Amino acid sequence: MNALKNSFREILRYPSAIAGLVVTFLLVFMAVYAIVTIPYKEAIRLWRGGEDVWYQNPKFAPPAWFNLFLRQKLPESFAVSSRAGTMTKAVTVGEQNTSRIDITYSFDYTYDSFPQEMILYFTTDYAEKLPFVSILWVTPDGREIRVADVGTPQKYTFRFSQDEKLKFRLKGKEPVRALFLNPETESIVKGNYQLIINGLTFEVGSDINAEFVFHGQLYGLAGTDHSRRDLIVALLWGAPIALAFGLLASLGTVVLTMVIAAIGTWYGGWVDELIQRITEINLVLPFFSILIMVGTFYSRSIWVILGMTILLSIFTGAIKGYRAIFMQAKESMYIEAARAYGSTSGRIIFVYLIPRMIPLLIPGLVSSVPAFVFLEASLALLGLGDPVLPTWGKIINDASSNGALYKGYYYWVLEPAVLLMITGLGFAVLGFALDRIFNPRLRDV
Amino acid sequence: MEIATPSAPKAVKKSSSSTFVRVARYTAVRLVTLFVTIVIGIYLTIMIANMGGYVDTILRNEIRESVNQRFVSDPASKNLSPDVRRKLIQETIALEENRRGLNTPIAVRNARHLTNALSLQLGHAIRMTSDSGSRQVRLIILERLPATLLLMGTSQLVLFFGSVFFALTLSRHYGSFWDKLVITLSPTSSAPPWFYGIFFILIFAAVLRVLPFGGMVAAPPPDNKVEYSLSVLKHLILPASALIISSLFLSIYNYRTFFLIYSSEDYVEMAKAKGLPPRDIERRYILRPTLPTIITNFAFLIIGLIGGAIFTETVFLWPGLGRISFQAIGFFDIPVIVGTTIIYAYLLAITVFLLDFVYALVDPRVRVGEN
Repeated sequence: MNALKNSFREILRYPSAIAGLVVTFLLVFMAVYAIVTIPYKEAIRLWRGGEDVWYQNPKFAPPAWFNLFLRQKLPESFAVSSRAGTMTKAVTVGEQNTSRIDITYSFDYTYDSFPQEMILYFTTDYAEKLPFVSILWVTPDGREIRVADVGTPQKYTFRFSQDEKLKFRLKGKEPVRALFLNPETESIVKGNYQLIINGLTFEVGSDINAEFVFHGQLYGLAGTDHSRRDLIVALLWGAPIALAFGLLASLGTVVLTMVIAAIGTWYGGWVDELIQRITEINLVLPFFSILIMVGTFYSRSIWVILGMTILLSIFTGAIKGYRAIFMQAKESMYIEAARAYGSTSGRIIFVYLIPRMIPLLIPGLVSSVPAFVFLEASLALLGLGDPVLPTWGKIINDASSNGALYKGYYYWVLEPAVLLMITGLGFAVLGFALDRIFNPRLRDV
Repeated sequence: MEIATPSAPKAVKKSSSSTFVRVARYTAVRLVTLFVTIVIGIYLTIMIANMGGYVDTILRNEIRESVNQRFVSDPASKNLSPDVRRKLIQETIALEENRRGLNTPIAVRNARHLTNALSLQLGHAIRMTSDSGSRQVRLIILERLPATLLLMGTSQLVLFFGSVFFALTLSRHYGSFWDKLVITLSPTSSAPPWFYGIFFILIFAAVLRVLPFGGMVAAPPPDNKVEYSLSVLKHLILPASALIISSLFLSIYNYRTFFLIYSSEDYVEMAKAKGLPPRDIERRYILRPTLPTIITNFAFLIIGLIGGAIFTETVFLWPGLGRISFQAIGFFDIPVIVGTTIIYAYLLAITVFLLDFVYALVDPRVRVGEN
C-alpha cells in the first residue's frame, strides 16, 4: 500500500504523467456519461436507425460551433412540431363541423447561406373528409409568399425543394434559396421569418398537426454523416468501447503472458521448451492477416476479435522478457524458503513469483493500451468493425468510404481521429512515465 | 617450450573438430526446429484460412447462386424442359465444385496446400488475377512486390539510418533541448502509420492540394520514363512520411537510451580518460558492443518489408502486397493467402537462423551453439 502511495507521489513529479492521468480520467468520465445518457440498447437503435430515426437531420453537416470560426455564417438545423408545442397552434371551431387550425412558427434567420432543405410533415386525423392546408411564408421585409395549398392525407410530406408549383411561382428559382432572397437585389434577407399554416378540417374530431424540419448546413455538437446520423452518438459511445477493448486486451495479454512465463520458468524442462516453440510458431503467423480472416470469415463481433487479439499477443517477445526476470526470481532466497517449508508449485507461482512482477507489469499494461485501441480502429478502417457497435474507427471508415477528405467533410474524419489521438497519447504518456518510475535503470537516462 | 610444441597443434585440432561438431549439431537441430515451426505455422494459417471448413460452405453457396444466375439469364436455357435444366444445373454445380476441389476431403486439401507451399509451388489463385491477367500466385505476388519494396524500403531505411544517426547525436548531447524534445514526442509513436496518413492526406492533399490523395502514379501514367518516376516519387512522399513519422521518435528514443546505457560502461569512461577522440569512442566502444542488437533490428526490418503495410497501403490506395493479402482474404483465395504467408515465414526462418552466426561473427564472446 505504501509502495503504491509512493509511486503515486512519483507520478505527480512528471507533468506528462499528470496530463496522461487527466486524459484517462476524462475518458472514463466520458464513457460513464455515454453509458448513462444513452443506454446500450438505445445507442444501437440510434446508430442502426435509418431515415425514420434521423429524418430531422441534414446530411454531411458539420457541427454547429463551426459558425464561431466562420465569417459567412451557415444556417443551423432545427426541427419544431405542433404536437411538441414548439409551434404555436390555435384551433377555432367554425360552422358546419368545420374548424380552423392555425399553426405558426417564426424564427430568426441571420445566416449568409441557404439551408439544404425544408420539409413539412403533416399528420392528420379524419374519417372521410380530407383536411386542407394552405402554407404561407412571410419574409422579414413583409412579403407574403404562398407556398402551397394542399389536401393532407393522414401522413403527408411537403418538401419545399421538390414542389414544382412553388418553384414556378418563384420564377424557376430553387425554392429553398429564393424564399430567403430579396427578388430585386438577390441578396439574403436577414431577420424574422414566419411560416404560417392555415388548416381547415371538415369533421368533428378531425385534427391537423405539423412538423417543420429545417435541414441547415450545420448540426448539433458533432455534425452528421451520410445517413443523417448524429455523430455525437458514436463519438460518445466510442469512448467506452475503446477503453474496454484497449484495457481488456492489454490486461488479458499482460496477465496471461506473465502467468504462462511464470509457469514455464518454474517447471522448466519440456513445459518451458513448449512455450518457447509456440512463441516461435506465433512469430511465423501473420498477425493482421489472421485477424482479418477471423473478421471476414467468422465473426466481426468485437469480443471475438478481442479474444483472438489476446490469443495472438500472448506468445510474443514479451514472454522472453518475463522469463528472464522470473529466472532471477526463481533463485532468490525467499523462494528457496518457500520450497523448504513445502509449499506447492501453484502457491509459489501465484503467491510468490507473480506478485513480485506487478510493479514491472503496470507500465507495460498502460503502454500497450494505445496499440489495442488503434488496432480496433485499424480493423474498422478495413470495414471489419463490429457490425452493431458505434466506434471511432467505424466513423473514420464511413468517412473515408464516402470520400470525406475529397469532398471536404474534414470534421467527419477529424473528430474521431482527434479522440483516438488523445486516447492513444494519454495512455502512452502515462505508460512512459510509469516505465521511468518503475524501471530505475531508465530514470537517469 | 620445445616439449610443449607437439601437443599444441593436437589441442588446436581437437578444439577445432569439437567446434565443427558443435556447430554442425547446432545447425542441424536449429534447421529441424525451424522447419517444424514453419510447418506448424503454415498449417495453422491454412486451417484459419478455411475456418475448419466453414469457408467451404460459403464457396458452395456462391457456386450454387452463380450457376443458377447464369442459367436464369441465359436465353438458350429457356427452351429446355425444367427437368433437363435442373439436371444441367446440378451437373454444372458438381463440375464447378470439383474444379474448386470442394469434393476432396478438407484434410487432404490442407495437406496438399501445405506441401505445395513448403516446396514453394504457389500454384494458381482461385479468384484473383494479376493485373496482367495471370492466375499464377507467383505472378500476382511478383507484380506487387516492387511497389511494396519501394514504399517500405524507402521508409524503413530512412527510419533505421535516421534514427540510429539521431540517436547517436542525442546520446552525445544528453539532456539538451533536442533530447528532451524527442523524449516528449516519443509517445506519438503509439498511433499507427495510417493514422498519420489520414492527417497528411487532409493537410497536403485536401487543403493545400500539393500532393496526390493516393495511388502510385498519376492517371493516365506518363509515357516518359523521367516523368513516370517523378510521378511515382510524388505519390511516394505522403505514405512514406506517414510510415516514417509514426515510429521515428520512439525509435530514436529507444536507440538513444540503448546507446546511453552502453556509454556509461567503465571501458567507455576509460577511453574518454585516455583522451580518445569522440568519433573513435562512438565507433569502437559504443557501436561495436551494440552491433548484435542493431543487426537484429535491421534484419527484422528487412523481412518486415515484404509483409507490406496493409492499413497504410489501404489508406493511400498503394498497390502493394499488403493490399493483395487483404483482397485475397476478401475473395477466400487460400492459395494467395498461403503464398504471402509462406514467403514471409521462410524469410523469417532464414533470418533467425543466420542471426546466430552473425552474432558469433561480430561478437567474439558469442559462440555458435553455446548458451
